[in-house]
Amino acid sequence: MTMGLPCEVKAHPITGIYNGKFAVWLFLASEVMLFGALFSALVLLRAGAASWPHGYTVLNVPIGTLNTFVLISSSVTMVMAWASLKVHDFAKGRQYLLWTFLLAALFLGLKLALEYYPKFQAGHTPGHDNFYGTYFVLTGLHGLHVVGGMIVIGYFLWPGAHLWHENPEHYTNRIECTGLYWHFVDLVWIFLFPTLYLL
Amino acid sequence: MSLKAFHVIFLTVATLFCFGFGAWGVAFHASAGGTPVLLVALVSLLAGVALPIYGVWFLRKLKHVSYL
Repeated sequence: MTMGLPCEVKAHPITGIYNGKFAVWLFLASEVMLFGALFSALVLLRAGAASWPHGYTVLNVPIGTLNTFVLISSSVTMVMAWASLKVHDFAKGRQYLLWTFLLAALFLGLKLALEYYPKFQAGHTPGHDNFYGTYFVLTGLHGLHVVGGMIVIGYFLWPGAHLWHENPEHYTNRIECTGLYWHFVDLVWIFLFPTLYLL
Repeated sequence: MSLKAFHVIFLTVATLFCFGFGAWGVAFHASAGGTPVLLVALVSLLAGVALPIYGVWFLRKLKHVSYL
């Protein structure tokens, strides 16, 4: 006999939401503090620097913008995956999840091939100056979050997909939690892009 | 807060970003030139118009799903 965790599908009587969603929001609160601290570091370093380059003079704005639209599109496909599962259309939901995975891969590919690689070729490594130090720390940490999201999405696309056949509501809830995380990662980029590239 | 509510917040921020970046790109082009920046700025302004339209469609599609 197997026993599931309490309130993993139905809402908890105190919080009004299922436990997985509550846990994801707690996790995202800690993520706000992490990125908030790094944004603060950027502001302090920039305010205290004798000279600081404008992002648009040293970074590739068109590629950064393209990547922003790639991430916005991936949030749309992510939420459509969840919406499809809500109406019990697993095939469509899986298709949208696959699109989300591919868009995330495209984001990382563009970032590595057209932004990081030319910078490293030109000797603009994280140790070059404070601007590149903060640029690589912030975008690198964000990139790691994208990789983390891809691992979770990939899990639910392939090895974890069997949960749909065992408990569709539980699977749908897990996709919602993944979607909340994914939206947060995309939201961070929407703040990162103008801060680093345009100011 | 459900994914539905978070998606609406996300679309609001993304729309503001699109108009903000579009305005920045047009101003940048006027002062320094650069066709690629103008091009992505115009695409961004178009996206700023498209995103709220998509948002209304999305809300209609998920009208039976809770915001919590």
